[in-house]
Amino acid sequence: MTIRNVDRRRFLQGGAAVLAVTATWRPRGAQAAEELNILVWCDHADPNLLAPFEKAEGVRINVKDYEGTGTALSIIEQSKPGDWDIFVVDSPDAPRVARLGLLEPLSDDDVPWADMFPQFRAAPHTYVDGKLYAVPEKFGYYGVAYNRDKVDVADMSKGDVMWNPKYKGRMAVYDYYFPIIQMIGLSMGLTPDQITVENLAKIREKLLALKPQTKLIGDIVGVQNALVTGSVDLIIGAAEFAVSGLMTEQPELDWVISEDGGLIWSQGLAVFSASKKKDLARDFVKYVIGPEGQGRLATSSCYWAMPTNKKAVLNDAQKKILRWDEQPGFIARSHPSFISGAALDAAMLDLWNEFLQA
Amino acid sequence: MGAVVQARTGRPFDLSKWAVLPALIGTAIFFVVPLGVMLLWSFWQRIAGKLDKTLSLANYERFFGRDYMVEGLTNSIEVALITTAVSIVIAYPLAYIIAYRIPERWQRFAVILAVLPFWTSYVIRSYSWLLILSERGIINGALIGLGIIDEPLEMGYNRGATVLGFVHFFAMLLTLTIYANLVQIKKSYRLAAADLGASPVQVFFRITLPLSLPGVAVGAFLTFVIAIGDYITPQILGGGQELLLPQAIMLQVSRAADFPMASAMSMTLMVVVTVTYLVFAKYLKMERV
Repeated sequence: MTIRNVDRRRFLQGGAAVLAVTATWRPRGAQAAEELNILVWCDHADPNLLAPFEKAEGVRINVKDYEGTGTALSIIEQSKPGDWDIFVVDSPDAPRVARLGLLEPLSDDDVPWADMFPQFRAAPHTYVDGKLYAVPEKFGYYGVAYNRDKVDVADMSKGDVMWNPKYKGRMAVYDYYFPIIQMIGLSMGLTPDQITVENLAKIREKLLALKPQTKLIGDIVGVQNALVTGSVDLIIGAAEFAVSGLMTEQPELDWVISEDGGLIWSQGLAVFSASKKKDLARDFVKYVIGPEGQGRLATSSCYWAMPTNKKAVLNDAQKKILRWDEQPGFIARSHPSFISGAALDAAMLDLWNEFLQA
Repeated sequence: MGAVVQARTGRPFDLSKWAVLPALIGTAIFFVVPLGVMLLWSFWQRIAGKLDKTLSLANYERFFGRDYMVEGLTNSIEVALITTAVSIVIAYPLAYIIAYRIPERWQRFAVILAVLPFWTSYVIRSYSWLLILSERGIINGALIGLGIIDEPLEMGYNRGATVLGFVHFFAMLLTLTIYANLVQIKKSYRLAAADLGASPVQVFFRITLPLSLPGVAVGAFLTFVIAIGDYITPQILGGGQELLLPQAIMLQVSRAADFPMASAMSMTLMVVVTVTYLVFAKYLKMERV
């Protein structure tokens, strides 16, 4: 039978069959009851973190990692309610995600607050209208990463290093708008929770003045590459997440937080309100913020950063890399990154576009 | 059973007319419908994280009301135009040499060599250029080693680096389309012109070049369209020193999940591409390539 001999009915039947198969196809992970679907940052994809929980609970964890809360929200919008169980979100974004009704309130009883750095419980993004939606699980800083052989190290912790003419054309800026805007705010005496749409105009002038200083504005890989290849000597907005993994081979690389006040990034662990496996999801949260999970998360193969639980199981060498002993001092003079609302977020994004084009 | 099937209605049913149906369905599903959806979304708004489906031109007003957004669009057009022009200048002589100066038995090998850059990942190729252009890169190392310069030159992280990365890719694409066109031009045309007294330069400008314009036009159009919408190369090689529209669109998507705004920006880019198509349409003869 040649194609010209196929009758119309059979042709349409074939097409209908294809459409039916397409319409009924679903991700494998969305169907099995013993599986947990997690939408997370890449550090949660490490088998070393997931395997103990999978073994202990007899479950399989399906991982989807993403970059950028906007990307995650678009993935959620395109999924059916209940497809996802666990969400790891940039802590400053946790309130806006919670206000969309996507997250399940968590119980304080499930969180070992007494073992955790107290600043995270007190952070403005931790509770939304008195409810806990995302447990802070891992943190670090936005600061300045640099090559100590190329710069005056004493300059690096100064808030005005961004505008220091000595480093004109020698600096990269991490292409992430709100940390950079908030770092500039700190250099002007404005903590992140004090930044508003109204006073953003003051920061705008300083931000635009930063542009002539920069050689590069790029993502983490881009700015890392520039520092390693010697194209720049320092990265504004970067810290341990940018250079810790490189310091073994290039000990001249280092990072510092500003004397004007450091800026803390953190990620929160949340359960989706539409999850059909909330008990299992809560058990996963408890595992990750427990001592064993925290140790494994802090040293995840994707990137290392500080655990929020002080009882995280880590050896001395790991603690040294994480600068464990310096954390109380770092935290004491740092502020959590925070965005007060969607209008400010949009205004900061607009400002960042203007900066890129300046 | 013959070529024509008798349907229940009694009218002859020519299946050959239906053979185009899969292509039409494919075009509808993967192009027309998404484009329609994107157009519709561009009239909605994302307000406080939620989708407002009231139809309005707010996103377009926001786009054209901000100078830096419009400058982002003009930057994208400029970069795409420069890339297209430089790629043509490089690709045409290369295609000409392969088509007319290399023995026929070696032409296939020469074409394979010309398209070798296609075989490597786009991202890897861009990062490779960055390593070549960097201050500790091969070019600066050679120039300093030869004593030509004392201080390394800044060659990466600017528009020039972006164009270089683009040209490396698109010159090969244009070489293919122009070569494919050149080899279709009958040799007798050129011989006849020469017999009638035309010099080699006259043969080229009066015979070869006009007849090869469809190949140039197709390649140039593809180059412009792909370059103006590319995100990776400017991101890696451009160093964020100027706003290009794909970057701005990505910011709206990856950060704010503002698909309505991103759709409006994409539709604006689509208008530019459509206008470009209309400009090139006179010369776009795909069957000649």
